Amino acid sequence: MKKLFKEFIKGIGVQNPTFGMILGLCPTLAVSTSLINALGMGLAATFVLMCSNSIISTLRKFIPDAIRLPAYIVIIATFVSVIDMLMKAYSPELNKALGIFVPLIVVNCIILARAESFASKNRILPSLFDGLGMGIGFTLGLSSVAFFRELFGSGSVFNIKVGFILEPVILFRLAPGALLTLGLLIALVNYLKARKGKSPIARKGGCC
Amino acid sequence: MENRLYVSSSPHIKNKETVNKIMWAVVLSLLPAGAWGVYAFGFAALWVIIVAIFSAAITEAVLQKLSNKKIGVLDGSAVLTGLLLAYNLPAGVPLWIPMAGSIFAIFIGKFVFGGLGKNIFNPALAGRAFLMASWPGYMTTFSKPFSTSAGVDAITSATPLMLLKEGKTVGNINYLDLFLGNRGGCIGEVCIIALLLGAAFLFIKKYISWHIPLTFIFTTGIFTFIFGKAGFFTGDWLFQILSGGLILGALFMATDYVTSPLTYKGQIIFGIGCGLLTAIIRLWGGYPEGVCYAILMMNAAVPLIDRFSRNRIYGSGTVLG
Repeated sequence: MKKLFKEFIKGIGVQNPTFGMILGLCPTLAVSTSLINALGMGLAATFVLMCSNSIISTLRKFIPDAIRLPAYIVIIATFVSVIDMLMKAYSPELNKALGIFVPLIVVNCIILARAESFASKNRILPSLFDGLGMGIGFTLGLSSVAFFRELFGSGSVFNIKVGFILEPVILFRLAPGALLTLGLLIALVNYLKARKGKSPIARKGGCC
Repeated sequence: MENRLYVSSSPHIKNKETVNKIMWAVVLSLLPAGAWGVYAFGFAALWVIIVAIFSAAITEAVLQKLSNKKIGVLDGSAVLTGLLLAYNLPAGVPLWIPMAGSIFAIFIGKFVFGGLGKNIFNPALAGRAFLMASWPGYMTTFSKPFSTSAGVDAITSATPLMLLKEGKTVGNINYLDLFLGNRGGCIGEVCIIALLLGAAFLFIKKYISWHIPLTFIFTTGIFTFIFGKAGFFTGDWLFQILSGGLILGALFMATDYVTSPLTYKGQIIFGIGCGLLTAIIRLWGGYPEGVCYAILMMNAAVPLIDRFSRNRIYGSGTVLG
């Protein structure tokens, strides 16, 4: 049980897809204009990740090595179609807001990377927990970018207007703001990691 | 620990110039243009300049303190960034705009890259581009010069280039008005003669060389002359040179040491590139003024230009035979 928890927690912390492994940036940059969209996308990706990881792990001894990538894509696409249809049925506004990026979950680097590097080599239950952890880590990363972009770009959180000193900074709603926010957050995470890991870089500043 | 004993072999060249001296000299040379800006647009302009400079200086001091570096605000580079940013703003902007722009310029434009000497893009222009993308409404509201009088705060008017972009004829603006600064525009860009005086000071002190400004202005002039509105070779090049931020950009922002090429050959290429991009944006682009973006794009190309315009070292080269 402890081993399963370890698989789960690494997706959130050290190997966070957005901040640690820098994967899945395309949906991160595109969907993070609002926090609700980000959460929706993150949960959809988590669902697909968990299911595809489990099935690929089940079939790992049957899929020939030469055609493993098309086989994975077929499995992943099945689950993306499922979540796409579920979204269209039960939350059409979210589906419209996410637009093309729901079908694009198929080619999300995170899902393929975890399938290739973990699910194809491990048993079902660890793969399931790995998928869950990675998905939640992705959701966290995506949501933190979305939080700042929505706060600065539209002055709102969860579509509730929040009073802010500056007028809404239009830049944050556009692509450059996404890249800036993401870059600064990655820098912050790296800084915190370095501090915790007691990095050997001299902290006095400047070189001597 | 600062190493106070320099051990190196000869030749030793002693020079009175330091970073501080050069930066403050540039600040000094920019003051006439700002003085006219305040004279023409009122005290609002003075407040914009003051807020921009102080925000830049304070941001730099805070960032340096937080990263355990020596506080070097007195070297004048932050003040220069704030001043140049203010000169690129309309006089009537609310004061949080120069503040936000200065903070962005120093933090993202300079600090994130490693501080003075390590930035790729001109920080003042990065700040201006940020402001333009974030609050385009405020950044394109210009006031008429000499319109602050009893009763009204200001009268808004379009700049000559904005009128040109919309296709309206600029009938009642003559070249002398453009030269002296009697037109709508940003605080520091309107008074050409003041800018030329300041730049003359820098030329005499040999702080800037003619390569970038001359090629920049010349290329823009030639290109707009060739592709005139009424057919080829009929462009009003004098109007194009005297309007917008071309003179300010070519003399003071494109010539920034950190973000321009090292060799004279490279600087000529840089100047031509800036000139071409400015002309293209002005003639066919979406914005009425292209100097800011032209310089930023060429800043990005500077490492490439440096690589291909290296001076040949005496004695190196292939051996014949």
